Amino acid sequence: MKLHEYQAKQVFADAGVPTPESTLASDVDGVLAAADEIGYPVAIKAQVQVGGRGKAGGIKLAEDADEARDAAESILGMDLKGYHVDRVLVEEAVDFVNELYVGVTMDRGEGKPVAMVSTKGGVDIEQVAEETPEAIAREHVDPAFGMHPYQARKAVYDADVDADLALDVAGVLTTLYDLWEDRDGSDAEINPLMVTSDGEVIAADAVMNIDEDALFRQPELAEMEDEAASGDELEQKADEYDFDYVRLEGNVGIIGNGAGLVMTTLDLVDHYGGKPANFLDVGGGAKAERIANALDMVFSDENVDSVVFNIFGGITRGDEVAKGINEALGQFDEIPKPVVVRLAGTNWEEGMEILNEDLVTVEQTLEDAVQRAVAYAEDEEGDQ
Amino acid sequence: MSVLVDDDTRVVVQGITGGEGKFHAGQMLEYGTNVVAGAVPGKGGQEVHGVPVYDTVDQAVEEEDADASVIFVPPAFAADAIFEALDTDLDLAVAITEGVPSQDMAKVNKRLTETDTRLIGPNCPGLITPGEAKLGILPGNIFAEGDVGLVSRSGTLTYQVVDSLTQRGIGQTTAVGIGGDPIIGTDFVDALELFENDPDTKAIVMCGEIGGEDEEEAAAYIDEHVETPVAGFIAGRTAPPGKRMGHAGAIVSGSGTGTAESKIDALNDAGVPVGDTPEEVADHIESFL
Repeated sequence: MKLHEYQAKQVFADAGVPTPESTLASDVDGVLAAADEIGYPVAIKAQVQVGGRGKAGGIKLAEDADEARDAAESILGMDLKGYHVDRVLVEEAVDFVNELYVGVTMDRGEGKPVAMVSTKGGVDIEQVAEETPEAIAREHVDPAFGMHPYQARKAVYDADVDADLALDVAGVLTTLYDLWEDRDGSDAEINPLMVTSDGEVIAADAVMNIDEDALFRQPELAEMEDEAASGDELEQKADEYDFDYVRLEGNVGIIGNGAGLVMTTLDLVDHYGGKPANFLDVGGGAKAERIANALDMVFSDENVDSVVFNIFGGITRGDEVAKGINEALGQFDEIPKPVVVRLAGTNWEEGMEILNEDLVTVEQTLEDAVQRAVAYAEDEEGDQ
Repeated sequence: MSVLVDDDTRVVVQGITGGEGKFHAGQMLEYGTNVVAGAVPGKGGQEVHGVPVYDTVDQAVEEEDADASVIFVPPAFAADAIFEALDTDLDLAVAITEGVPSQDMAKVNKRLTETDTRLIGPNCPGLITPGEAKLGILPGNIFAEGDVGLVSRSGTLTYQVVDSLTQRGIGQTTAVGIGGDPIIGTDFVDALELFENDPDTKAIVMCGEIGGEDEEEAAAYIDEHVETPVAGFIAGRTAPPGKRMGHAGAIVSGSGTGTAESKIDALNDAGVPVGDTPEEVADHIESFL
């Protein structure tokens, strides 16, 4: 779960990371009032969760009220890479002389947290990591002990941060690590960490991703989850149903259990000349209602011309899957799109007995099911 | 005929009184697994399927001489359950639980380096030695005794590939689902080493997926250390960059590593043919035997 900039900044500020003064606004009057309060110049920043907001026109600097009005009018309501902008952060414009990067994330290869510092802040840090990896100092942390202050200092000195800033930056990094740990972060980043002409450091941007699996012990952060976080209506619906769902460009709807098997089903649709419309994993142990929700989900995508169910039961039971399919399809006078079902594994025979074969096409193997669904999609496409 | 488990393995089920724990303890017993105890705090003295339940894993080891554990404990308590298993010096702990916070797993990962216990998972289907024992949630009826070792990051994909093998009469020595999470216990390299050292394993299937670099590391290991023929499968060829596909690990960073292509290339370079479909994987294995 990704926090908005304004939320992440609040979390950082509460932990003691220096942040610029700022106020959230959702209309032009609000922007002007906030800017008045903060004092010009201000930065006006779209609060949507996409990268490259500045280049896309989502961040503007205003020296006075006229510029603030123009900026607010152009940003509020704009479509930024598919996301509707309905809120902006009005922020004190920091007069800076230098930009740094600090971040904490989980290094999956090492299975350990890693803290990072670079003097190449203010730019695309992924690009820095790829082109000049030596420009980012990295310090792995023993998760049992947390980050010792000396490790933060080591990273900062390794990164060649100016001597008179080093201890302040190390302090920010230590705070960031503690916060990342306390709040179950997956990534916490400040890019840029600006250095002012007075030699102070301040977090001009804030990125905080929370480990979704740990939200149960982060109730305050879970409340910040923004239903409009995704610009895609279907992906929002998937959030409501709590599915792992990704919308794709094609027309063959895919429902399965287990990420690896669902990805394999996508790959096979592609292999047999079709185009996957989505990735939808119902997860382990799905009951009938969840299966019905999955069908509702896929039928809601108007691009879908056929649907293939690929269920290989382990913890998931074939009879529950069949019940869900029957329930969902039983509600239609006419099935909206042809559905192909392939059931295997736990309780598949019980499932096959229950499954109403007037409503679906049954195939025994994955290959046959995928080929049938691809053929149906082509027929449907031809009909349109 | 077996790697890691056999019909002598004495299993304690942590979380045996919960819905999944109870169901799958029953399935394991039915398969012939030697389930000797359950461990659930506060439930000591009860019985599930005739198996005695203890309050702690320690008691289960003491009283029933358990040497392996299968963990069906909710995510919030899973790391604690794994620590408990590690602390009793069991040979093997298998964590089925899905959704364990990754910072918890980082701590577990650290503790693992200090013990001799092998961890499989979390977020995995477990492992099975056909005809002898299954520890986890794998559907036993699709497996058959035979010569092929299988290691996979995805549970249901394991079933799919095994099904393709069994349908054409190719059985398995042991199949291990290692889990798709970013931080897991036993990884590809560990499993490949076990199969390489098992005289009964004549061929190996390795099923990977996009995200992370474990498959690339495994390819390098195969190149250096594995004589047994290996066939591979990589799920997620069609996944768009930047999108998380279910598994926490299954996201392509866009920086060239972790993609299906880089994994397939690495495996091919190590002499491992990669099937486009599960059936093609079975074709390769058939040609090895």
